[in-house]
Amino acid sequence: MLAFLLKRLSMAVLVALTVSSLTFSLNFLSGDPAIALGGESATEADLQTIRETYGYDKPIPVQYINWLTRAVQGDLGQSHYLNQPVSEEIFQRLPTTMALGLCALVFALALSIPLGVLAAIRPNSLLDRFALTIAVVGQAMPSFWFGLTMMLWFAINWRILPVSGSDSWKHFVMPSIALGYYITPGVMRLTRAGMLEVLRSDYIRTARAKGVSKFSLLFKHALRNAIIPVVSLAAVQFGFMLGGSIVIETIFAINGLGFLAWESIQRADLPMMQAIVLVLSFFYIALTFFADVLNAWLDPRIRIG
Amino acid sequence: MKSIKISLLVGLLATTALPAMAGKAQDTLNWATDKEVAVVDPYFSVTRELVIMGHMGWDGLVLFNNETGDFDPLLATGWEWKSNTVVEFDLRQGVVFHDGSTFDADDVVYTINFLADEANGVPAQSVVNWMKSATKIDQYKVRLELVQPFPNAFAYLANEISIMPEGYYDGSTIGADGTRDLSGVTPNGTGPYRVSDVRTGKYVNWDKNENYFADGPKGTPQIGHINFRTIGETNTQLAELMTGGLDWAWDVPKEQALRLEDSGQVQVVNEKTLRISYLTFDVTGSSGQDYFTDQKVRAAVAHAINREAIAKELVGPASVVIHSACHPEQFGCTEDVPQYDYDPEKAKALLAEAGYPDGFDFDLYGYREREFTEAVIGDLAAVGIRAKLNWLQYSSLLQALQNGKTPVAQMTWGSSSIPDVAAITSHFFSGSADDPAKDPRTAEALRRGDTSVDPEVRAEAYAEALNIISEELYWLPMFTYTKYYAFSNDLNFTPTADEIPRLYEASWK
Repeated sequence: MLAFLLKRLSMAVLVALTVSSLTFSLNFLSGDPAIALGGESATEADLQTIRETYGYDKPIPVQYINWLTRAVQGDLGQSHYLNQPVSEEIFQRLPTTMALGLCALVFALALSIPLGVLAAIRPNSLLDRFALTIAVVGQAMPSFWFGLTMMLWFAINWRILPVSGSDSWKHFVMPSIALGYYITPGVMRLTRAGMLEVLRSDYIRTARAKGVSKFSLLFKHALRNAIIPVVSLAAVQFGFMLGGSIVIETIFAINGLGFLAWESIQRADLPMMQAIVLVLSFFYIALTFFADVLNAWLDPRIRIG
Repeated sequence: MKSIKISLLVGLLATTALPAMAGKAQDTLNWATDKEVAVVDPYFSVTRELVIMGHMGWDGLVLFNNETGDFDPLLATGWEWKSNTVVEFDLRQGVVFHDGSTFDADDVVYTINFLADEANGVPAQSVVNWMKSATKIDQYKVRLELVQPFPNAFAYLANEISIMPEGYYDGSTIGADGTRDLSGVTPNGTGPYRVSDVRTGKYVNWDKNENYFADGPKGTPQIGHINFRTIGETNTQLAELMTGGLDWAWDVPKEQALRLEDSGQVQVVNEKTLRISYLTFDVTGSSGQDYFTDQKVRAAVAHAINREAIAKELVGPASVVIHSACHPEQFGCTEDVPQYDYDPEKAKALLAEAGYPDGFDFDLYGYREREFTEAVIGDLAAVGIRAKLNWLQYSSLLQALQNGKTPVAQMTWGSSSIPDVAAITSHFFSGSADDPAKDPRTAEALRRGDTSVDPEVRAEAYAEALNIISEELYWLPMFTYTKYYAFSNDLNFTPTADEIPRLYEASWK
């Protein structure tokens, strides 16, 4: 088990390094960051000053190594745009994005697990097709369109929810649904498949023979075993939602990490972008690592193979 | 049973329904843009939002009057040019900063000398590096010395140079990576509004400055609070406007603005701006496509494009076609230059004359408002000039342009709201990397205009340069940009062409 953990851990570090170096290089492909920072009216002299001040005149590998050296020492640098330490800004916004991600995950699980169970009770029936349709619509619909449609009905026409912001729980209702709906099909299908397999097993047959009630059979005996892979999938999806909240945060004016990432790309704020990518990849890698370990713990074949 | 359920639902909706947060009722003007405000400081943040807020929280020595085109005294009460590079200001007495300290010459001297010192790291050096130093003559009189004669001095003093209290930046340091840490600086100015609360990237709230001096050109602030929020998505901004969450927004896309106007829920105004659109040609052939080295081909392009239709149909009713390489409202801009009217037949004849009776294929570059560039492509195709569109980010396009890699590019320029041709024509035709032709004749004429403070000398010099540019067609000036503003029916607000909305002048009906 220790060897497995070490192997996974070194893989995780390697992935984090690759992601950060790739992001660093990609930043320069979209043009000179000094122009983005100086604005349209900056003169050539202004641009040169910016390049020298922020070190953009040095070769890209040198810039990357300088950044990495400071980052390893815990200094993620100053935002060139916000004029504040990058870490301060990220940790100020992280709770908002975490809250949005968690709410979206709760919504997704609350919708997809019952749908998965329902679909497994009557496989290939009309009910199964209906559950699948609800779930697939979530994935097929662009989240920005879904978000704006909800805004039109719930905020403008009926005025029962606020349009945008993050000041109260009401502000999180529409963004959570828009974000969480997207991951519903995966969770639903996994729940359905797990339930189908478990419902065919011997101990369920025995429980049924003992006269256990249908509700208890489904939710106490069957779902508890069928849901194990769903837990690890949910962990990975949570990471996806943290990184994937850019569009939703922009639409609903939730000034979290996703919106900060989008804005930082537009204004070529390299230290901020690097730090966000690092933090998000850290979460994603940690959650994937957690899911791997959980699976390995549950299924010895994984850690041996 | 069913009726009970419906009653419950209606009751629930009634109790949870959100009242429209009418700004007038709360004496709070709520406005938003898509930009994050990082630090409330007009020098270390180069966004338009900070220019607007700079005028709310701080005052300059002078203020540009959009109606008269003159500069009104603000923190100064009068001035006198002692030479082309020295001007002395008498300062207003009885003005206090938001923290209660008194304004005098020491604050002006501190601000200007701080800005003029490159070591202090103001990012937009071109905004401040024309000032050499300031010296105190007495408590309410200062002398400003310029590095060299600079025609835009008063425009910059009005738009960009806000006076800070003495020692304002003492608590901030420049880090190893060159960024100034402003976390220890509390916003403090003499302006009509004072910062009451700020959260980086989310909101900036302002309260009326009850002690604001009464007889200044900014008037007396009327609205109790002015709150700014960042809302990245235009549709969300409009939804907030319609539900009362916002009272003011700008840069509304034309289609949505017209729909809003029809709804009558808000006031919609289309106002001109100082931004213009133009086509810039590769007149040296460095891009590898040398069609545009021939003036006849450039003239064919000019006659082929229906600029009037683009201005009126696509841009907005306040847009006008321009013929000169400047905005008609800028000082020194003259439209008395060679003009190229829409005439496709003449365009075809010119092409044939230039040796391209069947037209040709070329690369056209653009970065902003794709529909405008596509209209240009359509008009050119009608006379046989077939454009392949290359759509780039601004920073990439600028690099390509400066490296001479673009046969033709549709560009725009806002002149940083400076109402003077020195902010556009001198920038592009004085021989810098941005100059498409590097014609010594334009450089010489512009130098004459830029180094004089005599309006007549300047106007004559600029007219000479503008005539050369139009005659040679180094640029094809296209049209002026406009901006759609949408704001509450309860609000009195007048937009201005310089794109510095005077929110501090707004009032409730």
